[in-house]
Amino acid sequence: MRSGATQVGHALSARELAAAEATAWVDNPAPHQRASALAAARLALARDLRLAFRKRGQLVQPLAFFALVTMLFPLAISPELARLREIAPGVLWVAALLASLLALEFLFRDDAYDGTLEQYALSGQSLTWLMFAKTAAHWLLTGLPLALMAPLAGLSLGVPARALPAIVAAIAVGTVVLSLIGSIGAALTLGVKRSGALLSLLTLPLSLPVLIFGARATQLAVGGGPLGPPLELLGALAVLGVTLAPLAAAAAVRISLE
Amino acid sequence: MTWTWFHRLASPPYVYALAQRLTPWFAWPAALLMAGGLWGGLVLAPPDYQQGDGFRIIYVHAPSAWMSLMVYTTMAVAAAVGLIWRIKVAHAVAASCAPIGASFTFAALVTGALWGEPMWGTYWEWDPRLTSELILLFLYLGYMGLRAALEETTRADRASAVLAVVGVVNVPIIHYSVIWWNSLHQAPSVMRLARPTMPPSMLVPLLMMLLGFTLFFAAVLLVRLRGEVLNRERTASWVREALQA
Repeated sequence: MRSGATQVGHALSARELAAAEATAWVDNPAPHQRASALAAARLALARDLRLAFRKRGQLVQPLAFFALVTMLFPLAISPELARLREIAPGVLWVAALLASLLALEFLFRDDAYDGTLEQYALSGQSLTWLMFAKTAAHWLLTGLPLALMAPLAGLSLGVPARALPAIVAAIAVGTVVLSLIGSIGAALTLGVKRSGALLSLLTLPLSLPVLIFGARATQLAVGGGPLGPPLELLGALAVLGVTLAPLAAAAAVRISLE
Repeated sequence: MTWTWFHRLASPPYVYALAQRLTPWFAWPAALLMAGGLWGGLVLAPPDYQQGDGFRIIYVHAPSAWMSLMVYTTMAVAAAVGLIWRIKVAHAVAASCAPIGASFTFAALVTGALWGEPMWGTYWEWDPRLTSELILLFLYLGYMGLRAALEETTRADRASAVLAVVGVVNVPIIHYSVIWWNSLHQAPSVMRLARPTMPPSMLVPLLMMLLGFTLFFAAVLLVRLRGEVLNRERTASWVREALQA
């Protein structure tokens, strides 16, 4: 039966052939035209940073939380600077840990909600690199500002000024590991309602080495001692996290999206 | 040789029947070994020259601690098998292990605290061995919490499998913590490459208790596994036939 509507099976004219060839690369790019995993990761990083800066108010929340938690201890324990100086390393690290945990819920929330995470998983690009990019953006937006704000909190707890650079370095490296471990936990609990406590239960046991070494480094910085060993161990944890955590987070995201 | 016997282990009805047949073979030797170990440890073994009779809690404390690590490793291996080869029975095994391991960890912590009070003067100390064992308890609780939070069984299986595999790094940390750090807890005197430093009259009951605890874990695991398999396959037809039998 002849049907005028269907065009399937009729030969393409020369013009149509040329047009099809010109745009075929969109669906079947040649190797040199495909975006590399690194380029895709760079795009994801830039996107996350750009989106976050559109809601600048939200960026301040973890910092405000950090400042408030730090403020609780002088009011609850003792306002004497000598006593505060003793507990300052622990207080700074616990406050940084809790602020990081708070910020972790926003790592995947928006992207999971509007389907971008599914597009990442379906894109054919390396999900590991994309997870690394997202975690890097998260650290740049929460961990690094926390590290830069730590001197203020430290001074309020009586920490001597000579210890401040070491504290910034230690918290900067430590929050890298926290963001990486937290990305695994956040990926596992994707879409779970009121997952805050569960996320903490999953992330905190794995983050305890960071807390131990970071607090030790800060303690040595305040008291004046060899900082090398704990800082190097923190660095080792960061290297371990950077290499393995995005892999686990990518696997967890694929599982959560199934 | 045929591998059919191995491949059959992936079949829920086969595992359900096999678990029922195997349980007595683990339960009775476990009971005998534990009874013998307790008799040897509590009655026959001589008192320690330093700790007197107080050291005898080792016959419960050390096997509990070893089992807490062994069960976590078993859970992680089963979870990995389920994740890689997508075998549902492996996920059921991992799910069944978790509460048993958490109980062993809790028992190790409590018996350790009861031992610490007369020996060290304190119920608790934040030293590496105790702290990492406490972390292990939280890892178990996190695993069980994640399973409970995710409703869809497949997603719960795979997500908790990833968590179990990520957390297995804690097991060598616990074991080597007393070697790597200056710890209040004593260094390994049995699980080491050199000869154990314990005299045979104390060591043999301890090994009997360890083996007894292992067989006990196997028996309890098989019982839990049957319940877990039954729950997962509750809509399948073989369940109705098996329950009517």
